[in-house]
Amino acid sequence: MRAPLSWLKDYVDITLPVDELEEKLTLAGLEVANVEYIGVRPPESVRRRKQMKADEVITGNGHIVWERDKIFVGQIVESRKHPNADRLILATVDYGAGEPMTIITGAPNLKPGDSGQKVAFATLGSVLIDPYADHFKTMRLKSGKIRGIRSEGMACSEKELGISEEHEGIIILPDDAPVGAPLADYLGDVVFDIDITPNMIRIASIIGVAREVAAITGAALHAPLPTWQTQAPPASDYCDIEIVDDDLCYRFTATIIRDVQVKPSPFWMQHRLKLLGQRPISNLVDITNYVMFEWGKPLHAFDYDRLRERARSIGKDKVKIIVRRAEEGERFTTLDNVERTLDHDVLMICDEVGPVGIGGVMGGLETEISDTTTTVLLESASFNFINIRQTSRKFKLPSEAAYRFSRGVPSELDPIGNIRGAQLMADLGGGDIASGIVEDYPRPQTMVEVPVTARDVERWLGIALSQDEIVAILQRLEFETRVEGETIWATAPWYRLDVNITADVLEEIARIYGYDNIPITMLSDELPPQRHNWQLELEEHLRDILTGAGLQETINYTLTTVANHAKLYPDQPELAPTADQFITLANPLSSERVVMRRSLIVSALENLRRNLRYQDRLATFELGLIYIPEEGDGELPAEQRRLSIAMTGPRDPGGWLGGDPEPMDFFDLKGVIEVMLERLNAGPATYEPADMPYCGPRCARVLVDGEAIGVFGELHPRVRQAYDLPDRPVVVADLDTDALLPYFRQKTHLRPFSDFPPVKEDIALIVDEDIPAGRVEALIRQTGGPMLIDVRLFDLYRGKSIPIGKKSLAYSLTFQSPTKTLSDKDTAKFRRKIVGRLSREIGAQLREG
Amino acid sequence: MDDLNQLQEQIKLELIAARDPEALEQWRIKYLGRKGLMNNLFRGLGSMLVEDRAARGKALNQFRQMVQEAFEERQQALKEAQLQAELAAEGVDVTLPGRRPQLGHIHPISRTLRDIYRVFSNMGFQIYTARDVETDEVNFQLLNFPKGHPAREMQDTFHTTVPDILLRTHTSPGQIRAMRDYHPEPIRVILPGKCYRYEQVTARSEMMFYQVEGLAVGRHITFADLKGTLVAFANQLFGEGRKLRFRCSHFPFTEPSAEVDIDCISCGGKGCRLCKYTGWLEILGCGMVHPNVLRNGGYDPDIYSGYAFGMGPERIAMLLHNVDDIRYFYANDARFLPQFA
Repeated sequence: MRAPLSWLKDYVDITLPVDELEEKLTLAGLEVANVEYIGVRPPESVRRRKQMKADEVITGNGHIVWERDKIFVGQIVESRKHPNADRLILATVDYGAGEPMTIITGAPNLKPGDSGQKVAFATLGSVLIDPYADHFKTMRLKSGKIRGIRSEGMACSEKELGISEEHEGIIILPDDAPVGAPLADYLGDVVFDIDITPNMIRIASIIGVAREVAAITGAALHAPLPTWQTQAPPASDYCDIEIVDDDLCYRFTATIIRDVQVKPSPFWMQHRLKLLGQRPISNLVDITNYVMFEWGKPLHAFDYDRLRERARSIGKDKVKIIVRRAEEGERFTTLDNVERTLDHDVLMICDEVGPVGIGGVMGGLETEISDTTTTVLLESASFNFINIRQTSRKFKLPSEAAYRFSRGVPSELDPIGNIRGAQLMADLGGGDIASGIVEDYPRPQTMVEVPVTARDVERWLGIALSQDEIVAILQRLEFETRVEGETIWATAPWYRLDVNITADVLEEIARIYGYDNIPITMLSDELPPQRHNWQLELEEHLRDILTGAGLQETINYTLTTVANHAKLYPDQPELAPTADQFITLANPLSSERVVMRRSLIVSALENLRRNLRYQDRLATFELGLIYIPEEGDGELPAEQRRLSIAMTGPRDPGGWLGGDPEPMDFFDLKGVIEVMLERLNAGPATYEPADMPYCGPRCARVLVDGEAIGVFGELHPRVRQAYDLPDRPVVVADLDTDALLPYFRQKTHLRPFSDFPPVKEDIALIVDEDIPAGRVEALIRQTGGPMLIDVRLFDLYRGKSIPIGKKSLAYSLTFQSPTKTLSDKDTAKFRRKIVGRLSREIGAQLREG
Repeated sequence: MDDLNQLQEQIKLELIAARDPEALEQWRIKYLGRKGLMNNLFRGLGSMLVEDRAARGKALNQFRQMVQEAFEERQQALKEAQLQAELAAEGVDVTLPGRRPQLGHIHPISRTLRDIYRVFSNMGFQIYTARDVETDEVNFQLLNFPKGHPAREMQDTFHTTVPDILLRTHTSPGQIRAMRDYHPEPIRVILPGKCYRYEQVTARSEMMFYQVEGLAVGRHITFADLKGTLVAFANQLFGEGRKLRFRCSHFPFTEPSAEVDIDCISCGGKGCRLCKYTGWLEILGCGMVHPNVLRNGGYDPDIYSGYAFGMGPERIAMLLHNVDDIRYFYANDARFLPQFA
């Protein structure tokens, strides 16, 4: 909502400096998004904040200071044709000081022979806005000769002064403008641009803002209800009104204005509309807009003669307005000349012939006012705001009127709009007003009386106010109050629909008391029972573990595509989740983000693809959710916590000390997982071959205590291709973090350790190729017993001296006794036992030498 | 005994000439070895007259001791020289780069969340995680956004193909879930999570973003307490001495509602580009939990009151780290993420 200070001052005494008012409004919930200084200098504090120089004339984007000693109200004394140019005019301007000056102008609204017009006169040296620049740019007015004659100043257009974009002609000021007055004093203004929260639609009008200014600053408000003079026969002679669907239209009022003349509205009205960013059109249209901005009451003007003709076409003499839902499929042409198909949820303003307007949204082409209109039927109605909002959205017809209606306009405002609009039409269009208002008002506006006590204020806001103080605050807001013992019964003024319960009144009290005046206290309430959030704590711990292992954390979009999931199934497309197995957006923003992911691998690979353009080594992880509809609770999907890891590129890019340029592989990832599980106390972990569609043959399932917690492996080359990844190994893991929770929560129990020396013993074993190393190690550990404290594989060998189909595994075994120093004899015994068992169970042979 | 004096000269000269352990060993064999000069001199004693023998023997012993000492001294000197030489050879160019373990980094948003958790944990808040995919009822209706309500326009929603199932537009549905879980206990929780809005992605707005909501419910919780909590938070996160400004605002699920600004962390309130020359930076929204919402959570608003607040960790991270484009956070660019130490 744009609110010019000059207009606000019509209704409220404003003595506060502009910057203080801005701050007060903002703190009280009228957030001033911007302040435009039009022709006038901003206050000191604003200049300081914006680091403006003392002589800065630019006050903001598109606005300048009109220097008081250079730009004046002037008057044309004489104008004649430029002797050397057909379309230029020489005008002599009196600006109240010294000799009148001669200017040269090409303005189309000045003709040779004109005199007496008041203009905005800029003397040489004035800074103005360059009207021909593509963007905001200022220029200094210099003396110059045009076709042999020197111009000594300029009569300005609105664009040159930063009032509007208008540059068709020069500004012609009202006749009573004082010649010689600095223009800044006469026309300079400050416009507040205020953001309106949904509950504050009452401030979508100048009077609405003025009421708030009065309540917030304590200044007197003078915004009397409008009055009118009516002479003509009763309005009820002209029309009848019937609201059929009173769930959608609460009140419909109409007045008739006869014998009006359509012409431009006067300067003051045009100027105010322009300050609000509106383009003046004609007196009748401008008046409906003006009343909307003044009172917040959208009006609609019908050409009454068109309505009358329609009535006569079916043999009726009197117009009857019928407010009803549209028929399904009914068609209607709105005044923007678009034919629209209606449905039963659209509220129509009709006559007995058919629709003439979409209620609250847009009028019809046939009955709209035009330059030849002489009789106006002025509609002022109130509607169901939710319905207006749906209709306005359905037809993509946002407008200032629909904006207000879709947030709720009180029915009590309807006749006020009628009276104000009709009187302005009579004043500015020269007509007369039919007496009375015709209306149907099936659902009178309800007034809610809300109880509030000093105890409520203390309990909710933490401030101690007396009953009198509370009443005083409410009266500043024009509430009616009635005290009954402890309780104040408060009724909001008729123009507010947003106060229905005690909390609403408490907010008003806090707002006027001032949020800044409310004390700052620490919570003194009882502390709730303390609980862990184990999942979150586990995730935080995993972040530390994995970044410690050299991995970068990522957070990816949870939205992706079905196709990106399908890419994980190169050989078995039939296994890929189908479109119906996803949470799918009904209104996606882009084709790349349509479904909620079912796999973190998808996110990880999308991420690799983007980043591999910039670097060749990536090691990342993500802790996040996947969304599985079929495992969910009712219509909500299961949201499962997962951890993904992805690694690719050289193991150690190296440097002058050497490195390891080999690509990271299965065992790099497995190492990370082993370290992670060890740091979570999760064990013993075992690994078994797995067959994931997106992995090649190097793929494993990791189990802890026999329970699967996830899979990992090297990406299938065709998945790499599908994701446009380079032709080198990528390893990925997909782990279920919830499965790790029990280990994370478990406490560490210290294992006793021995002070006797450990003894190392190496053995190399030849076993069949298909015996997994994990089995060999498990057998060694079982057989070695408690004295065997460490088993480390240090060599895997195939080739010379090893038969085909066999492999050699060399282990370093560490034995230690808690009670004595082990002898060679002891270790030889262990060794024999181990070799014997391995030989019996898996046919292992000791490798000689 | 002139022969010994002469010998002494010769032996010392040769000893000085032995500049390394090998040469010294040669010297030792020559003079102190089993078949060396010294033993030869002693053997010569046998062929001497008995009366001369004693004096000669004494002189020889002295001589031998002198030679032995000279040898040991030389040996020690050579060892020391060798150690010095070795140490000198071990010097390095300390400006050469070190052997670096691979480095990982926590995502800047995770880090910001941690900072927020820490501050509120110290004030007795616990972390409650709620779901991303929500019902219209919990995301909107129970929070006082009836269908068709204009306030819904503030939060353009991603709907799913299942009617009334949507991606949560804010973390506030977690208020309902936390209240229903903990009712009738008092509550102090922080609700972090991803939220989604149907909004064009620009440098300043994302379709997916985090929020951290805070909720306190109890028998004596006031707007003044809300102010106190948030002042403490801002001073912890943004540094001591921060000024806070509470502006009246509107959220359907709180009443009264406020938006909170801190004095600009870049200019201290004097006016700069970051704060758009206002001196203030908006950091969160808050208010007293609306009675309807308390009721929907199972708490009687005539007995209980509560406050709630919500903030955007991206916004906070952007302010703290001079990030000027929100899109960096979820693009996970490997040139962006590792900058957050």
